[in-house]
Amino acid sequence: MTPRQILGQIGLWLSVLVIVSPAILFFLWMASLSLKFEVDNAAYPPVFFPERIAWKNYADVLASNRFLTYFFNSLIVTGSATALALIVGVPAGYGIARMAAHKSAIVILIARITPGLSYLIPLFLLFQWLGLLGTLVPQVIIHLVVTVPIVIWIMIGYFETTPMELEEAALIDGATRWQVFRHVALPIARPGIAVAFILAVIFSWNNFVFGIVLAGRETRTLPVAVYNMISFDQLSWGPLAAAALIVTFPVLLLTVLAQRQIVAGLTAGAVKGG
Amino acid sequence: MRPPSYWPFVVPALVVVLAIIIFPWVFTIWMSLNEWKVGSPTTFVGPSNYLRLTSDPRFLEAVGHTMVYTLLSVLLPLILGTLAAVVFHQKFPGRGFLRGVFIMPMMATPVAIALVWTMMFHPQLGVLNYLLSLVGIPPQLWVFHPATVIPSLVLVETWQWTPLVMLIVLGGLAAIPTEPYESAQIDGANLWQVFRFITLPLIMPFLFIAGMIRMIDAVKSFDIIFAITQGGPGSASETINIYLYSVAFTYYDLGYGSAIAVVFFLLIVALAAVMLYMRQRMLWTEIASGA
Repeated sequence: MTPRQILGQIGLWLSVLVIVSPAILFFLWMASLSLKFEVDNAAYPPVFFPERIAWKNYADVLASNRFLTYFFNSLIVTGSATALALIVGVPAGYGIARMAAHKSAIVILIARITPGLSYLIPLFLLFQWLGLLGTLVPQVIIHLVVTVPIVIWIMIGYFETTPMELEEAALIDGATRWQVFRHVALPIARPGIAVAFILAVIFSWNNFVFGIVLAGRETRTLPVAVYNMISFDQLSWGPLAAAALIVTFPVLLLTVLAQRQIVAGLTAGAVKGG
Repeated sequence: MRPPSYWPFVVPALVVVLAIIIFPWVFTIWMSLNEWKVGSPTTFVGPSNYLRLTSDPRFLEAVGHTMVYTLLSVLLPLILGTLAAVVFHQKFPGRGFLRGVFIMPMMATPVAIALVWTMMFHPQLGVLNYLLSLVGIPPQLWVFHPATVIPSLVLVETWQWTPLVMLIVLGGLAAIPTEPYESAQIDGANLWQVFRFITLPLIMPFLFIAGMIRMIDAVKSFDIIFAITQGGPGSASETINIYLYSVAFTYYDLGYGSAIAVVFFLLIVALAAVMLYMRQRMLWTEIASGA
């Protein structure tokens, strides 16, 4: 390597370091806060390397019986909203792509632009009228506002790229549309479904605004539960940071493991979304 | 053979979309024309909720906050995201993994993020003031002072969403042909000239899309602002979305809240239209100047 190339390499790695450090340092600091006792968290200057590690913060959060309830609430809401979205959204994406009904995507675009609170006002009344408040049903239904557009959007884009020839051949052989979809189109679309699934899960898991309005004491999802800890527990940073990290850890893990799918899904949605 | 109809595939989704997207919209518009408070009878009042908006100082102030917040939250991620994309466009070992790390802020649960930022903003114990003190800058009040609250929240928003701009621009960079770069190298252009006169014009469409998405998300930003300041101190960081929340779910004034929701939506559409118009203008001047 010439000196010029070596300089270039050093410059490149320095730039990479500068670019990723805000993310890395933030999450390290989050972990650090969650692993320190109150004495260390309340110290100034801040303690970067504590002498004692407070695993107790995590134990405390996990041991509180409500936390487990909220975890299962999150699991049920995100799981149901994602499963339902896949059941209705994957065939819809297929149908829209095959009919080349691009105008129908405008509805998805409107859904993308609409602030989440606008859905909440009428649906809140509807749920109240149906007597569903206090159960998880309202949250499952309203999370469909998040998951259904994502799934349909990604599946339209995916089915547009899958080859038609096989499907046409199967139709000529006398297969029904449903059989063609089930046995030809669907297996090929598996990677697209994975992308839709991952993004729907993440955005539903992270959702906060629907929960603060619709969730009661027993029906909180994790983001809402963590938010409520802030107001009650302002001063003990350790357990708070531990709770925050537990809530977001599944998402962070998924992001690093499935970054290829996430990047594909986000950029497809984004580029087509303009 | 009759070509198969694909309608049956779409019908279930259509029902869901009608129920959770179209119905709420129609009902919101109807509610906005009524005096509609939880616990009291509703009366039709026509456009009076909309008229009330024009003389509601808190709403007008919120519009101002939203505009400042949005402008900054579009521009900063756009600039930083483009720089990051130029770097991630290079080949280096571990690029995929580091890209995964880089996008963690935008995938992480916003409330969890907000909580840690709140601790970092703490005037006495926060790590940010400590870092500032290392370089000799006096401690700031961050989100606890009306003058610095919006810039501080924009800092969080920028940290969070720069990765999305990076991904979109990175997609644009991947699509650029190599020929212009080769001829630029022959002509002896420097790095800045290459970026300014070759890369930038070619990634413009992608920057525009990124800017549009960023605008839509920044205008609607809720989780971060609500979890860190709830619109405070006072109402210094109260955006339209936060005000809408208070009206609808703190005061339960659903009719007025619906009117805000409708105006809010129209405002976003208007902003998108302005951006499209500016893009067209830019294209025309480019063509006119022969670029």
